[in-house]
Amino acid sequence: MKFRGKIVDTNCIHHFSNVVSTISKLVKTCIMRITEDKVFFILSERVNDGGAQIWCELPQSHFFDEYGMEGVSAESNEIYLEVAPDLLIRSLRTAHSAKWVKIKLTKKNFPCLTIEVDLPSGSIHQRLVVHDIPVSVVARKHWPDFTEPEMPRFDVSIAMPQMRLLKNVVDKMKNLSNYVALSANNSGEMKVSVETDMASISTHFQNLFNPSWNKDDGPAQPPVSQERDPHEFATSRVDIRRFAQFLNSQQVNPDRVICNVVHHRMLHFFLLHDDVSLQYFLPVVSR
Amino acid sequence: MLSTQHSDDDDQYMLVARLDNVRNVSTILKAIHFKDTATVFASPMGLKITVEDAKCVQANAFIQEAIFHHYVIKEEQLAFKINLTVLLECLTIFGSSSMPSANTSLKMCYAGYGCPLVLMLEEEGVLTDCNIKTLEPDDVLDFDFCSSNVINKIIMKSECLKEVFSELDVTSDILQILMSPDQPFLQFSTFGNAGSTHSSFPRDSEMVESFQCSQTQTNRYKISLLKPSVKALALSTRISIRTDDRGFLSLQYMIQTEDGQICFVEYYCSPDEEVDHNG
Repeated sequence: MKFRGKIVDTNCIHHFSNVVSTISKLVKTCIMRITEDKVFFILSERVNDGGAQIWCELPQSHFFDEYGMEGVSAESNEIYLEVAPDLLIRSLRTAHSAKWVKIKLTKKNFPCLTIEVDLPSGSIHQRLVVHDIPVSVVARKHWPDFTEPEMPRFDVSIAMPQMRLLKNVVDKMKNLSNYVALSANNSGEMKVSVETDMASISTHFQNLFNPSWNKDDGPAQPPVSQERDPHEFATSRVDIRRFAQFLNSQQVNPDRVICNVVHHRMLHFFLLHDDVSLQYFLPVVSR
Repeated sequence: MLSTQHSDDDDQYMLVARLDNVRNVSTILKAIHFKDTATVFASPMGLKITVEDAKCVQANAFIQEAIFHHYVIKEEQLAFKINLTVLLECLTIFGSSSMPSANTSLKMCYAGYGCPLVLMLEEEGVLTDCNIKTLEPDDVLDFDFCSSNVINKIIMKSECLKEVFSELDVTSDILQILMSPDQPFLQFSTFGNAGSTHSSFPRDSEMVESFQCSQTQTNRYKISLLKPSVKALALSTRISIRTDDRGFLSLQYMIQTEDGQICFVEYYCSPDEEVDHNG
């Protein structure tokens, strides 16, 4: 197995770091899947741990000037690594003003992702910083655990409101309850609510965009006008800390964050920024 | 917009109050937030919110009806107990950092005994509804503090006391307050592990606005009971310190809201029982 990539453009280094930073705010460990065309960051939690899933896809050509990989075998030309994104982002932070960054799969006493950063040092001398991040290689037989989750057949699809207000509200609600209910309809309305034996609090957002999805984007969705009352709300009640974590992880303003609500089943967040897509599947908590 | 939508619903409420900047209320309430529970008294004059501890200290926040741009009450007095921590979380739901540009409006409604306190907050077109359970109001202490029994009274600018109170030696159980027509006039003392600390203010200090002391009085109060008053002091521009013939302490703070209106917060504290307070 081999992997070697080099990022030269400063913007690409920053963008790659931002993506890894977002992932590091959501999970402690994840799977990094390396293919010929893409790099993926994947989380697939056991049901007992909450059952959340993350699927993040980066087209490698958008970041790397040089990219080469050799997978487990010719038929399965992919590499799956278990990695701690926090360690990755700490190494990448030193690359803030780097001339280039190299990421390689190496073997010290154990497999590592080695990050090499070439830093300008003000003189003719080159300053090279090397980080070795221990990783574990995921065996071929476990790969089926990490397939792309299916886009759910959702009841409502809606663009998220401005993050600042939503973040503040949810951070406050976190002090009062462990769960938050998110409701949305096809008339551009969204509500986030908490309920305790002492108080019930509900925040309403209006004039949000309801995107329409093409057949190609996922399993066939019923056309909105025919099947569903546009004012009817679909609701999912999820773990508030997870939801707050997701809101707080959003650093780069994505073009748009879409929330798909599967009534009483899950929330599916989808965001797209400069060809990097991130999906976060948050299932409901049982009462 | 908000008013026309709800003007018919308003009939069901005993109290409806509206203001444009919720911080004018939340800031004052933070100054007395040292326990989870508060008792709210509403009258045609406005709101009085009371917090007590250990039957020894009481804080009252007065939000007069003029603070609200709409205040309608159908009873002479309404009273209920409420969780002040939850109330403050709701009032600051859109964020507690004071962003001067962000203006959150508040509508507060109460339909009477047994009904929840209803809050409607709006910022930038986003609306939050809160329903907070109310409880049976407890009897609040009557400290029986009246002007005719006041022995010593000093009115000062708050800024000089802010340092004294924020640096109080917490290894000292008590705060001693001396007020006298003679030297040292006004003195705050603590007796902690590292020794005793004394902070004095002469009567002719430019910080002192009014000095009316007839007798030398030295009184001691539990520091733990007075520590919360630091919040009120920090917000205030002026403070009045009064002691009566029993050694009871009244601290009154004049606080200016963001919109330039004046509100008052007062703290009453009984002297520490273990020490003989001299008259």
